[in-house]
Amino acid sequence: MYHQIIEYFQMNSQRYFTMLTDHLQISLCALLAAAALAVPAGFFCVRYSVLQKPVSAVFGILRIIPSLAILLLMLPVLGTGAVPAAIALILLAVPPILENTIAGLLEVPPFLLETAGAMGMTGTQIWVKVRFPLALPLILTGMKTAAVEIIASATLAARIGAGGLGDLIFTGIGLFRTDLLLIGGISVALLSLSAGIFFHLLEKIIFKYKRI
Amino acid sequence: MTDYLLKHYDDLITAALEHLQIVLITLLLSLIIAAFLTVLCTYSKTASRIIPGLLSMIYSIPSLAMFALLIPLTGLGQTTAITVLVIYNQYLLLQNFLAGLNGIDPSISEAAMGMGMTPLQALIKIKLPLSKKAFITGIRIAMVATVSIATIAASINAGGLGTILFDGLRTMNPAKILWGSLLSALLALLIDGLLRLAEKRLGAGSGSAAKTNC
Repeated sequence: MYHQIIEYFQMNSQRYFTMLTDHLQISLCALLAAAALAVPAGFFCVRYSVLQKPVSAVFGILRIIPSLAILLLMLPVLGTGAVPAAIALILLAVPPILENTIAGLLEVPPFLLETAGAMGMTGTQIWVKVRFPLALPLILTGMKTAAVEIIASATLAARIGAGGLGDLIFTGIGLFRTDLLLIGGISVALLSLSAGIFFHLLEKIIFKYKRI
Repeated sequence: MTDYLLKHYDDLITAALEHLQIVLITLLLSLIIAAFLTVLCTYSKTASRIIPGLLSMIYSIPSLAMFALLIPLTGLGQTTAITVLVIYNQYLLLQNFLAGLNGIDPSISEAAMGMGMTPLQALIKIKLPLSKKAFITGIRIAMVATVSIATIAASINAGGLGTILFDGLRTMNPAKILWGSLLSALLALLIDGLLRLAEKRLGAGSGSAAKTNC
């Protein structure tokens, strides 16, 4: 087994790295796009509270639907490849970020907002300087959940032709090659664990001086 | 679309029932193990520090990777699928169970001890009834996650609705893909809705009980 794995890396290290970078690329793109969508959406939901109920209901349902179903439902509409996979991954990643953004913005104690207003801050200043920084820890937690979910689902996206480490696992299942299964499985597991650790460290660095 | 439904509705029903079977077996096994772990965590400080952290780490491993890692040990098929699903459920169940038990007012459990109840009696007669809402929440989240991951398990021959999805993908049959996705989504939504209802009923009951306790 050990020899097989070594041999695989000697023969195919080039291919392995292409798969790894593919996987990282699609995950990163999906995460950034989802954050770019979900954080402003969360802002609008809190700013105009009429929106909050319908938007969170829609994304709540989206959260319950199995990830494989979302990936494959895109297929008849958009075809195969990296683009439909990325869109499906964005749809999967929006709910956790959106939920946490809304929760974070709502959880800011009202007396802090009042104090900021009393100090003469304008509405925009209160949002930018007080409300968003205080909501940031929860937003980051949401992004962490989303990142782990994206990396997991990106393995499945190999099935619809998006490439990535999922290719290795599906080939391993198809040919019943234990070495491929182990390489793919361990790589993906390490990837998602390190994404979790990355966000944990990021939070620690950003909030070095946080007291509460 | 409807042609496929009319012609192959028996296939769809079989797959859906198979899916439900996997979900129920998983739920039963994981409840037994989670009950054991919860009791362990409430009585031992070291266990309550180590186990949840370990489980959250395992939970972040993607399901397909987990299947891949277990195939060399347990082979293809339902055994591997159910093992993985039970392991994932432990995190979701334990988190909610512990939150429910820890959320009980300490004065209540102290009063139970003061009345001469043993720890086990206090757990069964006082703590469990008071935290049943959190228990149902945990079961709901775990079941929805199980429905979702069980579709993926079809890739390792575990059967269920995922089989229709993957078959449709292999033969590029949009009707199959659509019905497989729709049914698995419906199953998840149905289970979620039913357990939410149960949660509401139990919540209303325990709410009034808490009031009389105060």
